[in-house]
Amino acid sequence: MVVRDLAKLEGFTTQYMDEGNEEIVDAYAGDLLSDVMGNAPSDSVLITIQAHKNTVAVASLASIKALVICNNRSTPQDMLEAAKEEAICVFTTKDTQFEASCKIAKALGKV
Amino acid sequence: MLCIITKLVYTQAMQEIPINTYNSPNVILELIYRLKIKQVMTKDLVTATKDTKLREIQHIMREKQVTGLPIVVGKRLIGIVSMDDIIQALDKGYIEDKAQDHMTRNLIVLEEDMPISFAISYFDRFSFHRFPVLNKHKELVGMITSRDITSTLLLEINHEIEELEKRTRTSSLSSEMSGEIHTYSIMKNDFENAGYASTEIKKRLKSANILPHIIRRAAIASYELEMNLVVHSDGGELIAEYSPQSLQITAQDRGPGISDVDSAMEPGWSTASEWIRSLGFGAGMGLPNVKSVADTFTIESNPNGTTVVCTIHLHPKEEV
Repeated sequence: MVVRDLAKLEGFTTQYMDEGNEEIVDAYAGDLLSDVMGNAPSDSVLITIQAHKNTVAVASLASIKALVICNNRSTPQDMLEAAKEEAICVFTTKDTQFEASCKIAKALGKV
Repeated sequence: MLCIITKLVYTQAMQEIPINTYNSPNVILELIYRLKIKQVMTKDLVTATKDTKLREIQHIMREKQVTGLPIVVGKRLIGIVSMDDIIQALDKGYIEDKAQDHMTRNLIVLEEDMPISFAISYFDRFSFHRFPVLNKHKELVGMITSRDITSTLLLEINHEIEELEKRTRTSSLSSEMSGEIHTYSIMKNDFENAGYASTEIKKRLKSANILPHIIRRAAIASYELEMNLVVHSDGGELIAEYSPQSLQITAQDRGPGISDVDSAMEPGWSTASEWIRSLGFGAGMGLPNVKSVADTFTIESNPNGTTVVCTIHLHPKEEV
């Protein structure tokens, strides 16, 4: 799937997206940024509740292409600006991380 | 490299993949496992129905330049008429008969999600020149010939060689970096700019065409050290020193020092506050992460400051 496909998932709201053409091959769920940094696969989407600028920095360093912020948490403006700078797409959802993970797993064809 | 595929060294132990898997170049093995049949097959299908006359099939074959035609009912495959069947029909005088009377019904098929190693193996094992490809729902979605495999492999091998050539050029490129030293000043609790130094280091390595997984290791090490300075120190510096063969990252701060360095190296040990943890930091994975991705790692700490030095080899021998 490509980043753009995330925007189509039910209950997902796009906060920042470029053309959304980047390929996504995997996903990772986590809130501990060190763990994300060390273990998230490249070209993946991160499912997290960490809605701040540092999540964007970690995503950029770990070659994560998109962030899905769960539990209806809001994304601060400086986070979205950083996301634009680093070309990381950001989506929000009311879903829990589990629910969002299920939807993404399905979209990735993993279940 | 193509000859390795076509030579097909058949070993008893690896019947599934008819190439020598013990000393073939990894890049070729990865290719034939990574490429799926659906990426290689012809999707532009020319088909006929069971009522189509063999004469008409002969014309279709000539016009479309194919040597075998799948016979379908809807999307379901029920047989194949090959060039050989047509020759037989001409020879024995039943060319005006319908496909269903003479088509080959005993079919060997492949599935679209199989790696092409299966197809290579099938071409080796069976005398057919083409295999029909089905999807999960047993519908006909394509045909694969050895020609499809050859042309895709040529393209992919070409691409891999380009990558290899790029890697060889890397060593000369990275000599430009030789002796470069960048020092980044990191302030206590400056979450605003946290990650800046690491991003700069990543960009520098990227511009020198260092391999992505090496860049990732450097990024992990520099980011963890940078965050340690932000979260735990009274402020300090992150220093990146580039040489043709390695990157050395030094994190030095002005205190307060780590009271128990051995514990700090234990995964999960942390002195971070609740606030820091709520931001997703302070999981106690920082220093262990740095150590695990670095090729060398040293740490010294006293109340006047902590210094961590780690290096990452930019061109590990086994990977070049």
